[in-house]
Amino acid sequence: MIKPQSLGQVALIGLTTAYLLAVYFLPSQVWMGFTINALAMAIVALSWNVTGGFGGLSSFGHAAMYGTGAYASAVLQVQFGVNAWVSFGAGILAGAAMGAFIGALSFRYGLKGSYFALVTLAFAEVLRICASAFEITGAGRGLQLTLEPGLATLQFNNDRTLTYTLLLITVAIVMGLTTWMKYSRFGAHLVAVRENEDAARALGIDTYRVKVTAMAISGAFGGLAGAIYLQLWLFIDSTVVYGVSISVIALIGPIIGGAGTVWGPLVGTLGLHLLGEGAKTLLHDAPGLNFVLYAVVLIAALRFLPQGLMGLAGRIGTFRRKGGDDA
Amino acid sequence: MTYTINRRSLLKASGALVLTSTLATPSILRAQTPTVKIGVLEPLTGNLAYNGNQCAAGAKFAAEAINAAGGIKSMGGAQVELVVVDAESRPEVAAAAVDTLVEAGVCAFTGASASALGLASSQAAAKYDLAQVFSVGTAEAIVERGLPNVFRFTPGVKKITAVALENLGLLNSAAGNPVKTAAIVHEDGPFGSQLAGIVEAELPKLGITIVEKIAHPTPHRDFNNIALRVKASKADILMPTNYLNEYTLMTRALQQQRVDLKAIYSILGGAASNIKFVRENNDIAQYVIDCNHWYDPNKEASKALTASVAAAGLDMTYDVMVAYAAIQVVADALERGASADRKAMIEALAASDFDGSIMPYGPTKFVNGDNVNSRPVNLQVRGDKIEVIFPKEYATIEAVFPRPNQG
Amino acid sequence: MSSLILPAMLNGLTMGAVYALIALGLTLIYGVLHIINFAHGSLLMLGLYAAYFLYHFFGLDPYLAIIVVVPAFFVLGYVLQRGIIAPMSAGSEQNVLLVTLALALAIDNLALYFWTSNTRTVDIAYAYDTVEVLGAYLTLGRVIAFGAALAVAALMWLFMTRTRTGAAIRAVAIEKRGAEIVGIDVGHTYAICFGIGTACVALAACLLLPTFYVTPQVGYTFVLVAFTTVVMGGMGSLPGALAAGLLLGVIEAVGGLFLGESLGQIGIFLAFILTLLFKPSGLLGRRAV
Repeated sequence: MIKPQSLGQVALIGLTTAYLLAVYFLPSQVWMGFTINALAMAIVALSWNVTGGFGGLSSFGHAAMYGTGAYASAVLQVQFGVNAWVSFGAGILAGAAMGAFIGALSFRYGLKGSYFALVTLAFAEVLRICASAFEITGAGRGLQLTLEPGLATLQFNNDRTLTYTLLLITVAIVMGLTTWMKYSRFGAHLVAVRENEDAARALGIDTYRVKVTAMAISGAFGGLAGAIYLQLWLFIDSTVVYGVSISVIALIGPIIGGAGTVWGPLVGTLGLHLLGEGAKTLLHDAPGLNFVLYAVVLIAALRFLPQGLMGLAGRIGTFRRKGGDDA
Repeated sequence: MTYTINRRSLLKASGALVLTSTLATPSILRAQTPTVKIGVLEPLTGNLAYNGNQCAAGAKFAAEAINAAGGIKSMGGAQVELVVVDAESRPEVAAAAVDTLVEAGVCAFTGASASALGLASSQAAAKYDLAQVFSVGTAEAIVERGLPNVFRFTPGVKKITAVALENLGLLNSAAGNPVKTAAIVHEDGPFGSQLAGIVEAELPKLGITIVEKIAHPTPHRDFNNIALRVKASKADILMPTNYLNEYTLMTRALQQQRVDLKAIYSILGGAASNIKFVRENNDIAQYVIDCNHWYDPNKEASKALTASVAAAGLDMTYDVMVAYAAIQVVADALERGASADRKAMIEALAASDFDGSIMPYGPTKFVNGDNVNSRPVNLQVRGDKIEVIFPKEYATIEAVFPRPNQG
Repeated sequence: MSSLILPAMLNGLTMGAVYALIALGLTLIYGVLHIINFAHGSLLMLGLYAAYFLYHFFGLDPYLAIIVVVPAFFVLGYVLQRGIIAPMSAGSEQNVLLVTLALALAIDNLALYFWTSNTRTVDIAYAYDTVEVLGAYLTLGRVIAFGAALAVAALMWLFMTRTRTGAAIRAVAIEKRGAEIVGIDVGHTYAICFGIGTACVALAACLLLPTFYVTPQVGYTFVLVAFTTVVMGGMGSLPGALAAGLLLGVIEAVGGLFLGESLGQIGIFLAFILTLLFKPSGLLGRRAV
């Protein structure tokens, strides 16, 4: 964000920002509706990026933090009548706690690579099953917030433009925090651990602490995304918030957009959403085929854009300078 | 500052850009002939795809029938055009789909197979004053939110359970009260759990004790445990509430574990009112009773629908029936209001007293969005047919309860 | 409840045999190619459809269909790996995973488009006969699957240890570069391995169809359990996959009996987590990562 690597990246960032602003003025409401969905998902992608991108710890169970944020907020509001704002905050904290817990357990036992990925998936499944079995989380029925739009209840559904603006601000804040983290000492340690954990440890970095902290931060963002989902749609059940599809959405955006970059998750998630919508439009008479087109383009992107869209853009019009960074 | 542009990367990028921009224009349908548009929002992909596609088919048959009969006469014979959108079995997609429907200029829409989808879509539609006529939406939360654009044509979980239990009581007392205990098996999602909870509270009032209550996920791979537990509980009857595939596996497992039951009395049973189940598992399907959405088989339109469905090679399931009826309700509102304006549609629907649908309901009456005159129907599998056993005025056969001993 | 434990466990064993059959192919693919094959569930679904259509159009019994389906799917697997997965992932392990995920998405939705979401079943009456074992009624179709799982695991183990191709596969799994140097065609070996893995899951499909059903989403029903089985058995270990599959079937059955069918599913995933934390090499595996 602060130091783009190339003309291409500047252009891509510019294009994305231009689109997000243009949504306010486009005549069709469809754009705003679908961008709201895309932005909500971009937050999960940003959360995955903290551990998966910067930390090199690919997780397949990000739904664990997302769902925990959503359920924590929902349980407080529905079962205990707690104020929406407080519950929202609690959701973020709960997500962080869950992230830290999963991280602490997994890294204590030295899990990495595909083993780490699979254990996160297992945790997400355990949580999904529990949420669907216990009364406090509404068991199979899920939890439904009472519909009362307003500031006090943090429900802005009747004002689409306000919702969109709030989401934009939230995404900007999360990206800002990511940038701050990236250029902080913690961020440097995290990247060091990603590149070579043994060397990092030899340099005196407490790699365990770094990784768990990364999971906590990631969990906080994930919990935020989940709590936002709840305030947007007012109804959650275990499949919707703890399901595997959330975990997949979390990782696909950053990988296509460029893992380990600040703009990657947003660019990737938006791009994929546009692709999905486009496929649906082209093939609206053949439900299912749109997903096939989506999959084919995805495979092509994986083959030809190994560093994601930001990586591709990074090779166009590279600024030649000493010691450049990724955006 | 110098910079290099690598031609290959630039080509790749421009290609990607062009591709994305041509793909990304949401389609805006423009009317070419005098038509009136009705939206149909159903999960055509994802895990609810079966129900969604059946509903979409039902809606299409309804539109065809209406158009063949001259369209909406009060609007100059305007033809009904359906705008079918996929909810992808995900609530946020269902909500976003409402924008597409509004963009396409629909006057109202029907949907959405699962309560979670319908809750999201009706909420989104409320912003546009766009009416949603629910083909299926059994969760009571749907009509408890005070939204003026919600019209649930078919009965919810409370009414279905009440009627089902009442009829069970009638069957039991007519047979001399052979049934004293029951086992409940339900899917652990929103509709199964809510229903099981109501049954658990109300069944004892009929003098029937619940000796086992088992929840299971959808999908579920193996029902042997459940069959064993039901057997061990020595329940007189089994009351299942789940989806098609699980219902089938469950009934098969019950047969294999030699579970002796006086009856299988399902409420919104997934397979019990599905002719495919009857056809493919005829031996274990005999005498199974269900309380479900069903049409009045005697009406002309019903018979025509049955023929169309058979001609299309589809199965006549309740989804087809309720979706057909929902379109009929919307068409009637168009006819009376003579306007495709969304607000006018809400008024017309709210005042609806339509009694010409294929459902056995009598005149429609929406109170807080709930059609108080709707009701479920009791069905029983006999031979290779699904017959109506309650309400009496629509019955096509006399019920057999309890069922004869399995040989 | 206690009188139900033994029948539940025995039924669990037969269900576990199905998990083992599905996992055998997956563990081979992971052990050698180090690919977490997300498309495995979709391939199972395709196998089920293949057996179904052979039954529907030609009246071929699924057990006999094995003769046709298994070789056909070997070819399919070979082509998928050589033609799509390998070239499309360009070597990155993370990418391979996503490529298989995208493949799964494509296959599932193609199936939905062409064959619709209607459930298909076959009517093989004898598959639903019961066999009485120690007072429990076991489904004949499942008992056959149990026997098949043992046989297939044994056959595959023999293949891997006693044939040249098997030796080549093992060599590539242990040390790719070294294998290349001694003249083994790695790309071809990978594809053969993927082919075998796919053939294996097709076999599982033929054995499963008589007592189950097929829809485009049926793969999801089994894929997570299959992964758990592979990890628990030790990634790459064939006897491990067999043992883990059977064990998981029993855990699931007993868990379901005591915790209810919904919460009982937790047993599988807790077992998964515990294995990953305390014995990541799996029950019978040797290497940690």
